[in-house]
Amino acid sequence: MQAWTPLLLAALVLCGCSKHEADKSRRAPSPAVTVTNPGQQIDAMRRGIPIDQEASPLPMARVENFDQRRPVNYEMQPPTIPHAIDNYQLTVNTNRCMLCHTRSNAAKFQAPPVSPAHYVTRDGQVLEQISTRRYFCVQCHVVQTDAPPLVANTFKGLEPEAEASPRAMP
Amino acid sequence: MTGGPVRRIVAGVLARLKPFWTTFRSPAVHLSLGFLTLGGFIAGVIFWGGFNTAMEATNTEAFCTGCHEMRDNVYPELQQTIHFSNRSGVRAVCSDCHVPHDWTYKMGRKMQASKEVWGKIFGTIDTREEFLEHRLVLAKNEWARLKANDSRECRNCHQYDSMDLTRQSRRAAWIHQNYLGTGKNTCIDCHKGIAHQLPNMKGIPQG
Repeated sequence: MQAWTPLLLAALVLCGCSKHEADKSRRAPSPAVTVTNPGQQIDAMRRGIPIDQEASPLPMARVENFDQRRPVNYEMQPPTIPHAIDNYQLTVNTNRCMLCHTRSNAAKFQAPPVSPAHYVTRDGQVLEQISTRRYFCVQCHVVQTDAPPLVANTFKGLEPEAEASPRAMP
Repeated sequence: MTGGPVRRIVAGVLARLKPFWTTFRSPAVHLSLGFLTLGGFIAGVIFWGGFNTAMEATNTEAFCTGCHEMRDNVYPELQQTIHFSNRSGVRAVCSDCHVPHDWTYKMGRKMQASKEVWGKIFGTIDTREEFLEHRLVLAKNEWARLKANDSRECRNCHQYDSMDLTRQSRRAAWIHQNYLGTGKNTCIDCHKGIAHQLPNMKGIPQG
């Protein structure tokens, strides 16, 4: 009896696999992650699906595109991008972000201009154009998606009163 | 009735044309009327159909990407953009943007394209380096063409009157209303590089 058990298990698993393969195409995605027991959810990427089953991916997250400035969560945080930047060319040849966010065009496009610090080289020299060390915008400024958090966290962010006080723009 | 000089000249011209006119209007000796009318009609259909089919063949993506200049440089760039792959599955091929759809303008552009045949024969853009060298000039040609015709090729699909601004992002709706809607700007003023990588844009207005 003892010797047969692993074989039986293997056969069951194999049966399960083949059935699973057959109707994979018409199966709805596995449910979104729900963090029922924060701190113990160590397998968030697989969403608790057993290791011998294939997790079907969640729908891809969408980039938030509502054009309203988000509050920052801590001092000196680079503001996040509140709009889609699909196919914006940010190459050695051209910088699409700076079309609107450059100081001279910001008012025309109602875009927040990049802060004066972005025009300063590391040697303290103020330039007319954006400094090369600040050229690659998405190195610090990123879009946000509507993806649900994979793990719970208790981060609160900047207190509202602290945010309201005038801050030195980095 | 007076035989004026004008009448004499007309009579003289008519007399010279008379043999041609006689041949033209006399019935065919060996060919039947049915053969001539039907044959003429069919020949006309074949000629006109063949002409347009051949011209349409030069409008296909397979034709454009048949040369390495296009296949290796600009075509892979298009494949990354929304004009190649998108949610609704409607896509643009090369000629949708680069060749006018209206017949008259299309003929004009096709005649200009003979210069591109020249470039192909003499290998103006044989390597990636040569392409990058020419990219700014090539791009400027297209920008100038689209600026001059008020982005006609864009508007074949994207009509301002059919844009539902409420379904655009606030930012896009505001800019379209104030710059495109008022006629202050045309599509290409802001949407350069919409389907290809841009050359060095230093000093070139983009919006």
